Amino acid sequence: MDHTELLFFTEVLVGGLLSGVMYSLVAIGFVLIYKTSGVLNFAQGSMVLFSALTFVSLVERAVPFWVALLATFALMVLLGLSIERLVLRPLVNKPPIILFMATLGLSYMIEGAAQLAWGTQVHALELGIEDLPLEIAGVFISKFDLFAAAIAAAMVTGLTLFFQYTRVGLAFRAVADDTFAAYAVGLRLPRIWATVWTAAGFVATVAGLLWGARLGVQFSLSLIVLKALPVLVLGGFDSILGAIVGGLIIGAAEKLAEVYLGPYVVGGIESWFAYVIALGFLLIRPSGLFGQKPVERA
Amino acid sequence: MSSSVLSSVPAAARLSLPVWVGPLITLGIAFGVIPFVGTSYLFDAILTPFLALSLAALGLNLLTGYAGQLSLGTAAFMAVGAFAAYNFNLRVEGLPFVISIGLAGLSAAVVGIFFGLPSLRLKGFYLAVSTLAAQFFVQWALTKFDWFSNHNPSGVIDAPPLVLFGITFGGAVGRYLFALTVVTAVTLLTLRLLNTQTGHNFIAVRDHELAARVIGVPVLRTKLLAFAISSFIVGVAGVLWAFAYLRTVEPHGFNLDRSFQILFIVIIGGLASIRGAFFGAALIVVFPLVLSRVGSFLLGSYFDSGVLDMSQRIVLGVLIIAFLILEPRGLVALWDRVVRGGKAR
Repeated sequence: MDHTELLFFTEVLVGGLLSGVMYSLVAIGFVLIYKTSGVLNFAQGSMVLFSALTFVSLVERAVPFWVALLATFALMVLLGLSIERLVLRPLVNKPPIILFMATLGLSYMIEGAAQLAWGTQVHALELGIEDLPLEIAGVFISKFDLFAAAIAAAMVTGLTLFFQYTRVGLAFRAVADDTFAAYAVGLRLPRIWATVWTAAGFVATVAGLLWGARLGVQFSLSLIVLKALPVLVLGGFDSILGAIVGGLIIGAAEKLAEVYLGPYVVGGIESWFAYVIALGFLLIRPSGLFGQKPVERA
Repeated sequence: MSSSVLSSVPAAARLSLPVWVGPLITLGIAFGVIPFVGTSYLFDAILTPFLALSLAALGLNLLTGYAGQLSLGTAAFMAVGAFAAYNFNLRVEGLPFVISIGLAGLSAAVVGIFFGLPSLRLKGFYLAVSTLAAQFFVQWALTKFDWFSNHNPSGVIDAPPLVLFGITFGGAVGRYLFALTVVTAVTLLTLRLLNTQTGHNFIAVRDHELAARVIGVPVLRTKLLAFAISSFIVGVAGVLWAFAYLRTVEPHGFNLDRSFQILFIVIIGGLASIRGAFFGAALIVVFPLVLSRVGSFLLGSYFDSGVLDMSQRIVLGVLIIAFLILEPRGLVALWDRVVRGGKAR
C-alpha cells in the first residue's frame, strides 16, 4: 500500500468512524430507555423525525432558533410524558415483546401525526455549520461530521456524569439493576420512566437536528432506526459505551466494505452489511460487546 | 404471548355445536355462494389480497404465536416465494404450476432456515433484529441481481396465468378461487400439524424453553423447523400475493412495511390462533377502504391520498396499542366473547 492509498484508506476510515458516531447518537436514545424500563423503543426513529420536523417547520415560520429549539424540546418532553402515561403504564409487567410491539404501533402513530401536522415535503435544515472539508495531515475530514462527533462526545460525557454522580442517576441505575428491589425501597418508577423518556426525547432532538442537517428533514429520517439496531445488537442494548463503540465499528466497517468490497458485489450493500457484522459478532459473543445480561437464557 | 392454545381447546369444545361446523359453513359460502354473487371489485380489491395476507399471517403466527420466535422479515420470505415460483415456472419447461408453488415454498423454507440459524443462539430482541437482516438482504439481492427477474429492465414482471390440475384460473373470480383453494389446503395442513408432536413442541419451546429441553423436546431442531414451516407458508402466500392479487412480480412491494403489516395482522387477530390470522387480515384489508370512505365523507376534498396515508398510519398505530392494552388476545378473543353472549369465560 503506497502513500496515496494509505491516505485514501485513512480518509475512508475516518469518514466511516464519524458517520458511526451519527449512528451512536440514535442508539443512545434506545439504550437510555432499554436500561431503565427494558423496552426496546422502536419509536425512537420516529421521535427523531418528529423533533426534526417540528424544529424545521418552526424555523421556517420565522421563529428564532433558540425559541424553536426550546419549543421542540418542550414538545418532546410532553410526548415522552404522554407515552409513559398512556402506553407504558397500562402495559406494565407485560412481556418485553409485547412492549416492543406497542412501540412499533407508537412509531406508526408518531410518523403519521408528524407528517399530518407538518406535511411530507423535504425541508432543508441549516445549523450554521459549513460542511467544508478540513485538511488534517493530508486527510480530508468533513467539518460537520467533526462537529457532530463533538456534540455526541459532550452528550455522552454529560449522560455518564449524570448516571454516575447524581441522585437521579443513581435511581436510574438502581431501576436498571433490579426493578423490583428499586420499587421495594421506595423509588417511584413512573416518575423515573417519565424522566427517562424525556431524556430519550432530548437525545432524539439532538440526533434529529444533526441528521436532519445532513440528509434534509424528511420521512426517511425515521428509518435511521434501522441503522441504529445493528449498532445496538453489537454493543449490547444496555450499554451507552457499547452504543458508541458499536457505532464506530459499524460505521467504519460499512464504509470500508462499501469502498473495497462494493465493486465486487454490485454495490448498495450498506442496507444489510451492518446486520451481517452484528450477527457474525453475536454468534461469537451473544451478549454483545458490553451487554450485561446473558442472551441465551431467558 | 402467554395465551395458551391448549387451554382454549376444551373451551371451544364446550360450545353446543362441534368445532368444525363454523369453518365448514364458512368454506361452503366461500366456495359455493360468493363466486356467484361477488363483483370483480370485491374479488380483486378485497378478497384476493385478504386471502394472501391471511396465509402470510398464518405462517408468521406459526413462528411467532406458536413457537415464540419474533420475526420482522416476513415480507422477505414472501418475496422469495414469489420469485422462486416465477423462476421455476419460467426456467423448467412443462413444470405444473402446483409443483412450482411447492418448490417456491421449499425455497422460502431453505432461506428461512438460513436466517433462522441465529435463533439457535439468540433470543428476544436480538433475534428480532437479526431477522431484519433477512428483510434487507433478500430485497437487495432481488433488486441487484437481475437474473431473478429474467433481466427485465424495469424489475416488474408480469405473472403467468394460473393453472392448477389442468384448470386455468382466469379472471377475478378464477384468481379468487385459486387463492381460496391454496389457502384452504395450507390451513388444513397447518391445523393438522398443530395437533401433532411437532405442534406441541412449538408451544413447549415458546412457553418454557428450559423445561421443554428437560422433557426431551429437541429445542434447536424445533426452532429451525418452525422457521422452515413458517417460511414455507409465507412463501406460498407470496406466490398468491404476486400471481393472484398483483399479477406482477416485483421486489419493492415486499418491503419492511409489508413485514410490519403482517405482524400487525397477527397481533390484532390474535397470537397463536389460526382464526386470528383471518380476522386480522380482514380488518387490515377492509379498514383503509372504510377510512377513505369515512374520511372523504367527513372532510371532503381536504381528505386527499396524502392525508389518507398518514391517518391510516395513525389509526393503525392506535389500533395496535389499543389491542395490546385492552385485548392482548386479539379479535379472536373479542369474537368468542360476543358469540358467547358477553359472558366472562
